[in-house]
Amino acid sequence: MTDRFVTRGFVGRRTAEGSGDVGSRIPPGQYITRDFPVLSAGPTPRTPLEQWTFSIQGLVKEPVSWSWQEFLALPAREWTVDISCVTKWTKLDMRWKGVSVDTLLEAVELDERAAFVIAWSDGGYTTNLPLADVLNGQAFVAYEYDGAPLVPEHGGPARLVVPARYFWKSAKWIRGIRLQAEDQPGFWESFGYHNRGDQWREERYSGD
Amino acid sequence: MARPLDWQLATVAGVHDETDTVRSFSLTLPNWGGHRPGQHVDLRLTAEDGYSVERSYSIASEPERAPEVDITVERIPDGEVSPFLHDVVVPGDRVELRGPIGGYFVWDAAQPGPLLLVGGGSGVVPLMAMIRHRARVGAMNPTRLLLSSRGADEIIYREELDRMSATQDGFEVVHTLTRERPAGWNGYSRRIDEAMLSEVLEPLGREARVYICGPTALVESAANALVRIGLAPSQIRTERFGPTGS
Amino acid sequence: MADMTTGDLMVDGNALAGLLAELFGADVTLVPAKCAACGEVNMMGGLHAYVQAPGSVLRCPICHAVMMRIVQTDRATRIEMRGIAYFRFERSSG
Repeated sequence: MTDRFVTRGFVGRRTAEGSGDVGSRIPPGQYITRDFPVLSAGPTPRTPLEQWTFSIQGLVKEPVSWSWQEFLALPAREWTVDISCVTKWTKLDMRWKGVSVDTLLEAVELDERAAFVIAWSDGGYTTNLPLADVLNGQAFVAYEYDGAPLVPEHGGPARLVVPARYFWKSAKWIRGIRLQAEDQPGFWESFGYHNRGDQWREERYSGD
Repeated sequence: MARPLDWQLATVAGVHDETDTVRSFSLTLPNWGGHRPGQHVDLRLTAEDGYSVERSYSIASEPERAPEVDITVERIPDGEVSPFLHDVVVPGDRVELRGPIGGYFVWDAAQPGPLLLVGGGSGVVPLMAMIRHRARVGAMNPTRLLLSSRGADEIIYREELDRMSATQDGFEVVHTLTRERPAGWNGYSRRIDEAMLSEVLEPLGREARVYICGPTALVESAANALVRIGLAPSQIRTERFGPTGS
Repeated sequence: MADMTTGDLMVDGNALAGLLAELFGADVTLVPAKCAACGEVNMMGGLHAYVQAPGSVLRCPICHAVMMRIVQTDRATRIEMRGIAYFRFERSSG
């Protein structure tokens, strides 16, 4: 209930989308959306594919880097997952194609101190995840969405996807990951958003 | 008198359809201190459970119409707010509003000199406040509005603009249509580009003050073109709406 | 501004005028701000604004560095202005 002036007849988009009627697939506080909203903190980067690389650096024995062609040649699979954004939309059954982070990490030898992954992107965006949160099929680098190459507005040519976390952790325009012993809050984590971002625990904001 | 930051209750006094998808709302406000042409208001809509959204709308009317304030809203089919405003709101309804807001995209007749206004679709709204104000105070500075619309039936304020264009007070509207060319059309029929801007700007001269409003892509492209033509960035003020259809 | 789902999301700082006015207590769209990264000075209303992210971000129109970030949570509003070297608020005389 609210003590604010209520606008006659206004319900907002969420009821029209039927929030709650698919039961437990919707995390707390979220509404289902049929479209795919674009959210961005900056201009859309446009790195030419001939210059694009994906690298793994930091606490690994030897850093590794793939060109675009090399990346596409890596073993890839299809993923159908539900995605939740901290701005409250949830989209069900999103179809992606990409490379599991497990596959990428097979190309390096991790230092035993490696505990955190910092994902970094064109345009300066960063986000942080515990290493344990990106292993065992929990994260992938996607380059196709809904059967077509991922468009720049949605993070193309490639973005990280971590379905079990709010979508700000799924860094668009990803260019690499860095393994660290220390955690390092990223662009939004360092500024009021929750360090972990588990949508099922509604971890949206850090303690005020 | 309410400060511009304070939310107050506006009453919808009347509605008027500008085109099939664009409607103007006349609002009366209990505590309105006036505005400058180009400023906007924020509306806040709240559902019974407290869920609320805010949107900004440029003021379409001239300050001389106070205490009545008009906004003009395009109905976006998947939108959350514009379909509500079009389909549900009727005269007598009240909405929360604050304003006027924004000192950046403002022109009034105290600023002399030639004026070029460039609008795309509903980007014409704040420019219309400037044009209406100019006519009301009897300003005579050479002023041109270059207005891009998809089709002739989608030109917002068409009759009023054509009527004002016909009076001899130095104002002229130049139309361009991007998706159709009706029989007998003698305006431009393509997207705004450097050549068009150059031609439209010519009688006004390179010292003209410029205001561009509309979808981000149109505004970017027009602003960049004008700088290439030789205008200083400081002569140009922009109001980007975001992507097409906003 | 109004609803959007695709395309270039950047708008002008003027779009945040209401929120900035709440924070600063006055309209700041005409206040010049100096970018800490490149040194260019632009009015707040002319900065590049991204308002659809989890928070709002204002960037330098010249070098695109982040000048200001604003996040509104349930209980508080955070503003970060590390990217602004200074603001210049003109005082009226008398």
